[in-house]
Amino acid sequence: MSEDYNKFKLEAKSSEMLNDENTSSIKIQDTESEVPEQDLYHPKSFITKWIFCQDAKVIGIQYSITAIAIGLVALVLSWLMRLQLGFPETFSYLTPAGYYQFVTMHGMIMVVYLLTALFLGGFGNFLIPLMVGARDMVFPYVNMISYWMYFIAVIVLVSSFFVPGGPTGAGWTLYPPQAITSGTPGSNGGIALMLISLSLFVIGFTMGGLNYIVTILQGRTRGMTLMRMPLTIWGIFTATVLAMLAFPALIVACIMMTLDSLLGTSFFMPSMVQMGEHLKYGGGSPILFQHLFWFFGHPEVYIVALPAFGIVSDLISVHARKNIFGYRMMVWAIVIIGALSFFVWAHHMYVSGMNPWFGFFFATTTLIIAVPTAIKVYNWVLTLWRGNIRLNIPMLFSLAFIITFVNGGITGLFLGNVIVDVPLSDTYFVVAHFHMVMGIAPILVIFGGIYHWYPLITGRFLHEGMGKFHFWVSFLGSYAIYFPMHYLGFIGVPRRYYEMYNSPYIPTSAQGLNAFITVAALIVGFAQLVFLYNIISSIRLGKIAEKNPWQACSLEWQTEYVPPRHGNFGKKLPIVYRWAYDFSVPGAKQDYIPQNVPPSEVPEARTEKT
Amino acid sequence: MIVAIIFFLVVVGSVVFHIFTPWWWTPIASNWGGIDDTIVLTFWITGLVFIAIGLFVVYCVWKFKYQKDRRSEYKPEDSKLEFRLTLITTLGVAALLAPGLIVWNTFVTVPKDAYEIEVLANQWSWSYRLPGKDGKLGKTDIKNINDKNPFGINKEDKNGGDDILVQNGPLHLLINRPVKVLLRSTDVLHNFYIPQFRAKMDMLPGSVTYYWFEPTRLGEFEVLCAEFCGTGHYAMKGKVIVDKKINYNNWLAQQTTYVQSLAKVNANIKQVVKLTK
Repeated sequence: MSEDYNKFKLEAKSSEMLNDENTSSIKIQDTESEVPEQDLYHPKSFITKWIFCQDAKVIGIQYSITAIAIGLVALVLSWLMRLQLGFPETFSYLTPAGYYQFVTMHGMIMVVYLLTALFLGGFGNFLIPLMVGARDMVFPYVNMISYWMYFIAVIVLVSSFFVPGGPTGAGWTLYPPQAITSGTPGSNGGIALMLISLSLFVIGFTMGGLNYIVTILQGRTRGMTLMRMPLTIWGIFTATVLAMLAFPALIVACIMMTLDSLLGTSFFMPSMVQMGEHLKYGGGSPILFQHLFWFFGHPEVYIVALPAFGIVSDLISVHARKNIFGYRMMVWAIVIIGALSFFVWAHHMYVSGMNPWFGFFFATTTLIIAVPTAIKVYNWVLTLWRGNIRLNIPMLFSLAFIITFVNGGITGLFLGNVIVDVPLSDTYFVVAHFHMVMGIAPILVIFGGIYHWYPLITGRFLHEGMGKFHFWVSFLGSYAIYFPMHYLGFIGVPRRYYEMYNSPYIPTSAQGLNAFITVAALIVGFAQLVFLYNIISSIRLGKIAEKNPWQACSLEWQTEYVPPRHGNFGKKLPIVYRWAYDFSVPGAKQDYIPQNVPPSEVPEARTEKT
Repeated sequence: MIVAIIFFLVVVGSVVFHIFTPWWWTPIASNWGGIDDTIVLTFWITGLVFIAIGLFVVYCVWKFKYQKDRRSEYKPEDSKLEFRLTLITTLGVAALLAPGLIVWNTFVTVPKDAYEIEVLANQWSWSYRLPGKDGKLGKTDIKNINDKNPFGINKEDKNGGDDILVQNGPLHLLINRPVKVLLRSTDVLHNFYIPQFRAKMDMLPGSVTYYWFEPTRLGEFEVLCAEFCGTGHYAMKGKVIVDKKINYNNWLAQQTTYVQSLAKVNANIKQVVKLTK
């Protein structure tokens, strides 16, 4: 190691070193990196540039487009379901079997194929190399295959709509024995294709996930210590680690159920008499599947939530022109939530018939998770405190996220507290809770993220007016859908009911509420079409964005070209001297100091040790 | 300004909706008032948090709106504040959890004087089995199930013969007597749920699950299946009638035991055989 490098390291090590007179005179030296630069495959044809592309940015966009496309299918399915629930007499096109198939496909698509793929495959691919200062993912070729495995998984999933018997109608939880026995729609071809598709998804996702983890651990540019990474990266990183540990449980459960279904094994199948006939199964345990499923399923909630936590932290910080409050606490909260999420799975199973004494343990662990989660909320709102808040569209979505997330989070305290779960589980309270906390809140962050990074992806802004319309209709509309829905759960209206209004205990006004929810759902759905039109039309018509239009500090905005080209940065990789949140530093001329600005260029800034 | 007002209306509107909602608990008809109380407590604690955070956001949006010549405060951390907030949250969570676990302890501890009945679910109907004069239910196995023996009662078990089988029609329960319901399923998952009683538990083929409660109100109640069980899930309904002792005993006297039903089936078969000859 050269003398120069040691000097340089001193400066790169921490931004507050500047206050020390001895080091302020050090000039940045162009030093050779210790390892040679990554060898990138530059595309030579249309196919290698846009189809079998190895550039993480393009792969991220491919993931996003595919996820949004399949997500639109799930959105339309939700309309059809809502029409049945809201106006059962007017719309009679849907049979009970069809209803359950739509419920199942809607849930599975939204959770796995939209949210997971969009946050990690979409945002992860686009942002990780840019934000950590790498030229690309460390395994670009595997990354490309990861996307195409996901694509095939989506195709297999969609093909299940066209097999005899249709897609599976087992509910997104796919509980056996019902998922593979004849009383459930799609119990032959449909469920088999679902299980195969999920397995393919896990395989593809593992390729992508290993890439994200290794890139974040090994591909960071010089000076980018772990505790200088933007929280977006921390969220995506922790979520990916969770995914690597949780998805194996899912794929194992899928394989075992496929064997039960196709070869007649009995992993999950006890002796049964169905419709008067003895089935040939015997000795298996339906509860085992539930344990495997939720061992995946609960971390899955955080696989979606943690990237949202990270992204929203960055959006709030940039647009409030203030460093994120309590950064270290935020990082540890993400890590602790991630770790705890593996010890709470059976709170989905309080009334599953498992040993009821487990309830004590899982209620305690579940409520403990509320503490680091609450700290995150406090730190978001404390970031707003005495900030300089730009009320632009990314910020509006972030604020709406805080409200919906707090709302959905506190209803989680109801359901996590085992005794409270007893009357509320399997009712509309649960439906309202998980849509608010895992549907609406993260999707609001996705929208905010798209409005925030669109100028980086395309070099243009999204249309402001359409954006405001999209925001207000999506936020107020979805809040109007899910907030009152909790109260249906208090009445005791069970979920997964094709129709339910002849029950004597349900007041007739509940039907009115259901009709209202349906109308709101249709309106919110149509607002998304405006958003799509905005995305497509702004590629050509949007207002041109200058470089770093939001005056952000993180590296993705400091590329040589906008949009960044293959290889992301110019000839030299950026060197990082500070965290991603040096906003409004006292003494500094501008109200932000990018991560790659050395202390010697802003000698007047008085940064604190962070 | 407008943004702050709308967010304010969302927060306040949620609270107003909660206070004036026409949709609330179906009136309770069992001993599980403790569950409702825990929920009310949860509403108070979490509701205050929701209001506090919501209004804080509204205040910040209103007060700290972007001005070109203004700078944000520079304060990366405040470990004292963070520690205090963590402590308060921990206390709040403990205040929710402790009463919840106490009620859960009662829920999983069946009183000794509870009488036992069995609920058997299949796609998509309910049937019930009550102990006969000996006060004991006979052992069962799914493998024993056939047309003559729909509950799969073990013929070797002496306790099974006088078991009372209720296959069509409502289940009757005694008022103010704790009852332990043993839950069985012959095919897929089900869940025996009566909203007014608050309690529920899944039923699994191959296991016997249970819960207990004490009906406290006379009348008819609807039974729903609360665990998705296939195409007919939404139509899997039944009826429970809570009775005084006299009416209950009258009803019980009209039911047939396993041995009686077996005799009836055999007699029918003989008759059919005779007719065909």
